[in-house]
Parts: sequence; C-alpha cells; structure tokens
Amino acid sequence: MSEELRVFIVDDEAPARSRLRVLLADLAPELPNVTVGEADNGAVALAWLNDAPADVVLVDIRMPVMDGIELAQHLARLEPPPAVVFVTAYDQYAVQAFELNAIDYLLKPVRALRLKSALEKAQRAATLPADVLRKLAPEGRRHLSCSERGRILLVPVADIVYLKAELKYVTARTAQREYLLEESLTQLEQEYAQRFVRVHRNCLVARGAVAGFERDHEADGETRWLVLLKSVADKLPVSRRQWPALKTTLAEAAHAEK
Amino acid sequence: MKNGVASIRQIPWRRAAPDFRNLGVVLRTLLLVNGFAALGILARNGDWSTLPQELVEFAALLEPPLIAALVLFYLLQPGLRRLPTVLVWIVVVASAAALAAAFRLVLAGVEVDGAPDGMGRAAAWGAVAAVLVLSYFGLRDRAFSPAVAEARLMALTARIRPHFLFNSLNAVLGVIRSDPRRAEAALEELSDLFRVLMQENRELATLEEELALCRQYLDLERLRLGERLAVKWDFDQCPMDALVPPLMLQPLLENAVYHGIEPAATTGEIAIAIARQGDRIAIDLANPFHREGRHHSGNRMALDNIRERLMLFFDLEASLDTSVADGEYRVRIRLPYRHKARPA
Repeated sequence: MSEELRVFIVDDEAPARSRLRVLLADLAPELPNVTVGEADNGAVALAWLNDAPADVVLVDIRMPVMDGIELAQHLARLEPPPAVVFVTAYDQYAVQAFELNAIDYLLKPVRALRLKSALEKAQRAATLPADVLRKLAPEGRRHLSCSERGRILLVPVADIVYLKAELKYVTARTAQREYLLEESLTQLEQEYAQRFVRVHRNCLVARGAVAGFERDHEADGETRWLVLLKSVADKLPVSRRQWPALKTTLAEAAHAEK
Repeated sequence: MKNGVASIRQIPWRRAAPDFRNLGVVLRTLLLVNGFAALGILARNGDWSTLPQELVEFAALLEPPLIAALVLFYLLQPGLRRLPTVLVWIVVVASAAALAAAFRLVLAGVEVDGAPDGMGRAAAWGAVAAVLVLSYFGLRDRAFSPAVAEARLMALTARIRPHFLFNSLNAVLGVIRSDPRRAEAALEELSDLFRVLMQENRELATLEEELALCRQYLDLERLRLGERLAVKWDFDQCPMDALVPPLMLQPLLENAVYHGIEPAATTGEIAIAIARQGDRIAIDLANPFHREGRHHSGNRMALDNIRERLMLFFDLEASLDTSVADGEYRVRIRLPYRHKARPA
C-alpha cells in the first residue's frame, strides 16, 4: 500500500491515547500512517467514523457508554468496514476469546514492534466475522444504530418496546419515538432471543413491555388477539400461529417474576 | 510516621491473654462455661424430669461468679496484655478460683443439689473452668496463627488487580514524553504502593498510614482518569492513630474506581467519611452504582478478603456491610478504636 494508513484511536484514558499516538508517530518512517482522529468511547468513535473513514481502528475493550466489543460490531456494518485491533490492559475473558478465535489484540502497555505487526496484519486481514463478535458478546449489542440525515443515532436496546419489519426497513419503537434501522428482523430475533418475543411474522415485542392481551373481533367473525403495551398506546396483532407459544412463554415469565 | 511502623510491631499478633474486652471473647466464654456446667449436671443427673430444675438452680450459683470474673478480667485487660503467658494463666485461674469460693461463701444460704459443697470444691470448679477457657482460646489462637493465619493474610493481601498495574504503567508511558515530571512522580507513587503491597502485612497499621497510601493510589488513578474521578474526604472527626488492618481501605477504593468511576463517561464522586463514635471507628464509603455489563470481576473477592481480615484482627467487634441505595453503592465498616500505646 503506497498511501498512508489511516488510524483511529479509541480509549477512555487520555494518557493511553497519547501513548498510541506517540508510538504511531515513531513507526511512521517504516510504516507510513496518519492518526485521523481519537475518541474516548465507542459511541463517539462510531459517530466520527461514519463520515470520516479510517483503515484501522485501535479499540480499547473496557470503556464507558459503549465498550470495544460492541463498537467492533457496529464498525463491521460500515461500508467499507475498517480493520479493528483490540487493545486491553488485562481482561482474561476477552483475551481467552481472542485466542480461541484467532483475533489479534494488543496488551497494554503497548510496544512499538507489536503495534507494527498488528497494523501490518490488519492491512491484509479481512474484517472480523459477525459470528465471532457474537461469541465475544453473547448478550448482543446494547445499542442499535440508526442513520438519520447523515448522523448516526444510537438507540439503547433496553428502551425498545417493539421492532416491526416494514418493506426493507425495521422500525424500532421506544416510548418516545420511532427509528428506522437497517437490520433484519430474523437476525435481531436471534441476537436478542432473551429480550424479544415474536408475536407476528413481522413483529418482535420486548417481553418486559407487555401489559396484557385484548380480544379483537374481525369482520369475518374470527377472533384474534392484540398485545397491549405498558408505555405505548399501540396495539399489536398476534398471529394465529404465534398465539399458543406466546401465551405459554409469557405465562412462564409472569410466574417466574412472582 | 517512620517510627510509627516500628511501634505497631510491638503489639504481637499472637496474644498471651484472650482480649476480654472483645465481645466475641466474652460471648464465647459465657457459652463455654455454661456448656461445661450443663454437661456436668447432665452426667450426674439421675432423672430426666428433674433436669430443668437442676439446671436453673445450678445457673443461680454459676452465673454470679462467672459474670463477676468477666467484669474483673475486663478491668484487668490492659494489665493482662503486657504479662507473659505463664503469669496470665496464674492470674486468671487464681482469680476465677477465688471468685468461685467467695461467691460460695456469700450464697451459702442457698442449698442446691449438685452444687459444690464447700469453698474448696467451688474453688476447684472455678479453676477448672478458667483452665478450660484459657486452653480453648490458646488453641483457637494457634489454629488461626501463626502459620495458617499468616499464610492466609499474605495470600489475601497479595490480590491487587492486574488491571490497575498495567493500566497505570501504560498511563505513565503515555505521559513520559510530554510531562516527564508527572511520569516520575507517578512511578515513585507506584513503587511506594507496591512496597506496601508486597510487605508481609501481618500487623495493624495506623489510619494515617492507610490514608497516605490511599492518596497515592488515587493520585495514580487521577493520571489515568483525569476529570472523571472526584473524591470527597471527610475525616475531621477521625483519630489518625487508630489501628486498622493494613490495606483495608485501598482495595475498597480500587473497587469504587473500577465499578463506580470507570463505567461512566462523566465525572463520578467517591465519598469517604471516617469518624470516631465513642470507642468505635466508623468508615463509610460511597460511589456511583452502575449495572455491570460483561465486566464483573473480583468485587466479592476483595470484600470477603477485607471482612475476613477484620474478623482475624477484631473478631466479632468489627463489621462490614454493603448496600445499594439512591444510585449509590455503599460500604460501611465499624471497628473498635484501638491505638498503639502512647509513649509515656
């Protein structure tokens, strides 16, 4: 690669960022690179990288707001996705997972030579596959990202009441408003099997948001059920196929709460 | 402060006499002597139906001298602490025997079956009970110390989070070119901290030493975390010579930083209040509470470690409780106010 390598640094500690910056500058004669920006957590980094692309992102694992693993999951969805190199001081679980999945990582304090070889590897290697990231964060991302007028909005998964598939988008409904997501409902269902339950071919509802059910009479005389929600007035139809399964899982959940 | 370290070492970890001012020791003594007496009654009892009656009557004879003995030892405690083991045994056994005999004389009017007949037998009972109690505490002390307890204390205190060490070193490297003086200071603090961490922390330390250590630790964390870390100290009412288990506060602060400050992007405050309440020291620590994501390590371990060491040093008189309220995680420690002997 004749061009300079564009590197972005994400770490919540200022001295740690400055350490990486200094090392990158030291490496520049051998490995031409430029630091295109830095951020102190995953959410800030994501907003930045959405409009200012980088080739490699150096990502600290333990950060407030959005940690490194979740940031990597979001970065993998960018077009084109940057290469991600994880940096960690001491996180046995993450390191174990990296070893298992042959993911390159750097240990703090970071050494110049290790950084160089990681950058060279990152230039060649493909991005981290989604299933590997899924393994690192089995409980799923904590935010879903939504692109709105050129900006990235992060929707906390915990705030989502229901997800509805419409044409090529998925709508996420929170107590306040709706967001359009570029996601697939099936994948969301797999990622958040614990949190959401399918009520209809095109709809997933947060288990905790269900207030109850209401009987609805349709014109053809058939009855169907509607889900009532705690924080939103919308009523969501339950498909005949989902009704028996839904009734038992929610009954079990209510029982477990007692 | 330097000679402070030396004088703490004068209080030996193994005590010749049980600490009769300790609630745990008093309770154990009461249970032991009463249990012993109950066994004696049970052994000579011929008829189940009269057993409760006999127990009550014997208690009337037993409790007054027993309580008198405990009061006496409570008063004698400062003196007993300085005596060699043999003298402690002589004093305790002799006074127990004397008290038993004296109460026998006073209560001579009360005739009870199975009670010691004469003053001689009462004295013998008192002596046997005292020997029993002293042997028990001697054994107990030996079980907890020195080999077992020392090994455990060392193992317990050696657990500093590697997370902190590597992040601190990384932070020092991060400022070493831009601010060499800050880097120097940080390395000095780090080496001071590790000197204490790697000592055999078997003796109690003063609160003053412990607080100095905490400041150095927090200074290092401030290098990494900058504005995000705010600390509120409140120890105007706190006697600096109070003795505490070494490295009692620092691991709690480390927990507070790890779980309370690091997970937030904005400034978080750790509040530490230490005050003397009569003959007790109250330590209260609060930090912001965050529901943990996938990071949870070592919190319980550090707390159990400190609780265990408090128990080893102060028995039942110290306590450590944690609670979550109003978005805060709180640790509450209560321990008896001990201080090293002041130079006369």
